[in-house]
Amino acid sequence: MKPTDISDPEYFHKVVDCQYACPAHTPVPEYIRLISAGKYDEAYMVNWESNVFPGILGRTCDRPCEPACRRGRVEEEPVAICRLKRVAADNKGDVKPYMVSGPFESNCKKIALIGGGPASLTVARDLAPLGYEIHLYDEWHKGGGMMRTQIPAFRLPEEVLDEEVNYVVDLGIHTHFNTYVSSMKEVLDQDYDAVFVGTGAPKGRDLNLKGRAEADQHVHIGIEWLESVAFGHRTSVGNKVIILGGGNTAMDCCRTSRRIGGEKVTVVVRSPFKDMKASPWEIEDAIREDIPILNNMPPKEFVVENGKLKGVLFGKVRAEYDENGRRKLIPTGEPDEFIEADDVIIAIGQDNAFPWIERDLGIEFGKWDIPVLNKTTFQSTLPHVFFGGDAAFGPENIITAVAHGHQAAISIDLFCNDKDLNDRPAPMANLMSQKMGIHEWMYDSYVVIDERYQVPHEDKALSLTDRKIEVELGFDKGLGFKEAQRCFNCDVQTVFTDKKCIECDACVDVCPTDCITFTVNGEELELRSRLSAPATNLTQDLYVSEKLPTGRVMVKDEDVCLHCGLCAERCPTAAWDMQKYLYQVTKATEVCVQC
Amino acid sequence: MSFAKPKFTHPQSPRNKVGYIKSDYEGVISTLCAGCGHDSISGAIVQASFEMDIEPHRLAKLSGIGCSSKTPTYFLSNSHGFNSVHGRMPSIATGANLANKNLIYLGVSGDGDSASIGIGQFVHVIRRNLNMTYIVMNNGCYGLTKGQDSATADVGSINKTGKANEFGPIDLAGLALELGASFVARSFSGDKTQLVPLIKAAMSHPGFAFIDVISPCVTFNNNKGSTKSYDFVRDHMTVTSKVDFVPLKEEIEVQYEAGKKMDVKLHDGSTLRLAKLAPDWNPFDRNSATNKLQKARSNGDVLTGLFYIDPSSGDLHKKLNTVDVALNTLNADQLCPGQSALDKINASFRG
Ligand SMILES: Cc1cc2nc3c(=O)[nH]c(=O)nc-3n(C[C@H](O)[C@H](O)[C@H](O)COP(=O)(O)OP(=O)(O)OC[C@H]3O[C@@H](n4cnc5c(N)ncnc54)[C@H](O)[C@@H]3O)c2cc1C
Ligand SMILES: Cc1ncc(C[n+]2csc(CCOP(=O)(O)OP(=O)(O)O)c2C)c(N)n1
Ligand code: SF4
Ligand code: SF4
Ligand code: SF4
Ligand SMILES: [Mg+2]
Repeated sequence: MKPTDISDPEYFHKVVDCQYACPAHTPVPEYIRLISAGKYDEAYMVNWESNVFPGILGRTCDRPCEPACRRGRVEEEPVAICRLKRVAADNKGDVKPYMVSGPFESNCKKIALIGGGPASLTVARDLAPLGYEIHLYDEWHKGGGMMRTQIPAFRLPEEVLDEEVNYVVDLGIHTHFNTYVSSMKEVLDQDYDAVFVGTGAPKGRDLNLKGRAEADQHVHIGIEWLESVAFGHRTSVGNKVIILGGGNTAMDCCRTSRRIGGEKVTVVVRSPFKDMKASPWEIEDAIREDIPILNNMPPKEFVVENGKLKGVLFGKVRAEYDENGRRKLIPTGEPDEFIEADDVIIAIGQDNAFPWIERDLGIEFGKWDIPVLNKTTFQSTLPHVFFGGDAAFGPENIITAVAHGHQAAISIDLFCNDKDLNDRPAPMANLMSQKMGIHEWMYDSYVVIDERYQVPHEDKALSLTDRKIEVELGFDKGLGFKEAQRCFNCDVQTVFTDKKCIECDACVDVCPTDCITFTVNGEELELRSRLSAPATNLTQDLYVSEKLPTGRVMVKDEDVCLHCGLCAERCPTAAWDMQKYLYQVTKATEVCVQC
Repeated sequence: MSFAKPKFTHPQSPRNKVGYIKSDYEGVISTLCAGCGHDSISGAIVQASFEMDIEPHRLAKLSGIGCSSKTPTYFLSNSHGFNSVHGRMPSIATGANLANKNLIYLGVSGDGDSASIGIGQFVHVIRRNLNMTYIVMNNGCYGLTKGQDSATADVGSINKTGKANEFGPIDLAGLALELGASFVARSFSGDKTQLVPLIKAAMSHPGFAFIDVISPCVTFNNNKGSTKSYDFVRDHMTVTSKVDFVPLKEEIEVQYEAGKKMDVKLHDGSTLRLAKLAPDWNPFDRNSATNKLQKARSNGDVLTGLFYIDPSSGDLHKKLNTVDVALNTLNADQLCPGQSALDKINASFRG
């Protein structure tokens, strides 16, 4: 193999598994260390800079970082990265002084943002400090998008949402709330320098089965129903409720039902349990609230008697997978099952919908009514129109919308300055030795086996009485500290200087997880077969040195390195050093005044 | 500064035939200087014990005094251990082995411990062909007492103080050959591919197996001008043969050029496969080994590898014709068979 080029910013970035997996590349271990140190303001700001909504995401994020977390590879469960974010948000003091604040000197450019969800708000935050005049349009009375209309208050209290939406709005954004934009042409006519579309994926799918029309009064589309509950237009539901679908929307619908009158709430999914789209923790929460989940039962008919919904008839299937893993649901031949219901909520997915964008403006749409975009710049086929969030490539999640927002903001800024949009700014990367004494480090290097701490919950009976009572109470400072201590500090990198190595083997012998090998070089797969321990995780890189005096090379499998620093402590010549790697995605602007 | 090693291990660490992973053979974290050759030898002992499928309670580690003699704390935490006084490990090992011949005995010593204060004990344990593996971690100095020249330091070798040694060295491997040791080898702490199979073969050998391991003292004797430094040894190392140890019932996978390879069957059924690199040398011929060693010395080379082996050697118990079972398992009745047995013995003398 070729010697590893550690000057490539992506090499060490990839070693920080959580940060690499985070769509916005939040410097996770950096804020976790700050939490351990009780520096909640700073921890919050590290997050705010990267992901804009730390308090919201600390409660609701889809957490792509956690399955990636290195601790999950040497222990049962990853670090509770997401809930630690909340620890920072819950315990911070006044963080406003750390944030940029207006008024900003105008650059005489005007931008329209359509939709007030996380994607648009991110664009707003990144561009406002640069002097752009930002006009944000949303059909509702406040910003937040689906974070407000969809995510139930028992998961995300309104105060938390308001606080973080306001940090953005307070940057001097011109908000046009209660304004549904019904014509893109009208927007384009208003000579904005650029337009960003962050209108989400607002159309819930329906299910046209027998009886659907007759039962209409008691059959609801999940996202419309959640929205009407969120805004208090709907305050009750029948005693017996069926939720159709197995995603996160279904979980929110069933749990909301339990709080507004649903006693016998059942989730029915047509596919097997293991194929359910909902996050495991959301399913767990639903089950904890006594909601049965029935699988392998596709709905066949809304059963209506005398014009009134009686329930739903379900078939029985089993799943079969072909060699490509494609699933087929095969009827088992068992008799159909009828389940009684007063209300049925259909939560089987969302689609994009742009009825308000005229099709003769030069904005092209492709399959599924999804706009044709450049995947890096988020530019549409009409050069000054950009898309992001769920509106760009279909429904995702908040953190993805934020990541899109950052990139779209960069594109808009480049575009307004007549620069090449493909000339993306390089990330900021910085390596800093953590050496304090001969064998003393600036980070807490010792790692112990320690199982994940559980987040305490509100009393179940109480929380079911009111949809606004938050279920999760969050880690307190003590638990937060303990959980933070589980982080391995994967951003503190093992940096190897071949010129200093005397090949004494000390690092090889001391490494608890057998990461290091000195051997003759070879092709990657062959080399992997000759290392101190099996190196079978091909998603993790091998760190290979230049040729050493004995003709061998140093090979380190990054896979299960604990970042414990022992290799560097045992090295007599400091050929190994522990160096903190700070990687930050470059934003359109610096938003955090302390950094 | 870490005072303990994390308990995490590689999630796919292979298990050996007795169900252990390699780290089960480790000890507590070393307190030796970072980069000390002795730590690598500990690593090689861990590796060899793991690969030999040794049940830790079947092994006893013994040592004297010195940095080298501290190492048993850093390997085989689950085995028996005895840290004796300076230079007296051989007599402790002899007593232990006589009492219980069913354990594997692993002695660890230093050049000071064995070639100076303990040389009297060293020569006698060789003569007796005690069934044990005896490793000297040879750094040419007294590491623990701040690096004074030891009796194995070469003439002219310069230590950290800048002074050249004036006295001729004791070559412990040469001494062992001379005194009739049945297994003699030399290796280098920085070459585990050679050292691990040698330790495995030594542990299988039914008699006294001696390995002199050059083991640089990074703190007091790794400077320019020292003949026990990493650089010097790497530059001057020659080998008698490449060594592979093939345990009983395992396929011999290593392939060598015809004519060069040599298989040595060990008494426990395993095989020591040698790829000879020195033409004028025969591992079964003590004279050729001695000659080879002398020649290397006059060339200024550090000769390593297996020097001599007598696979059919009979150990001390065989010579003393002790009973089949370990002596410590004999009970009072067996040890004092009573008046009639004594009468019989007395009668036999009366003839
Ligand atoms: C039930 C449910 C639960 C969810 N839970 C989570 C979760 O826990 N965690 C997570 O990460 N994600 C969750 N999501 C997904 C997440 O809410 C979205 O991915 C995210 O909000 C998308 O952000 P966005 O900025 O693209 O648009 P949105 O948040 O969808 O915001 C778009 C806004 O634009 C408005 N709008 C649309 N068209 C117009 C128009 N023509 N004129 C004016 N305004 C318009 C909409 O009303 C809306 O307010 C959930 C989604 C649903 C449906
Ligand atoms: C009876 C006795 N005499 C002297 C000493 C002091 N002493 C301790 S270690 C040592 C030399 C050890 O040298 P070596 O065996 O080569 O071990 P190293 O530290 O080099 O590995 C000496 C002389 C002692 N501990 N006991
Ligand atoms: S251990 Fe910490 S730094 Fe490493 S992946 Fe997990 S959260 Fe990130
Ligand atoms: S930091 Fe060094 S010793 Fe610790 S696990 Fe990683 S490679 Fe091994
Ligand atoms: S003094 Fe020398 S022999 Fe002793 S631990 Fe340090 S390097 Fe090793
Ligand atoms: Mg010594």
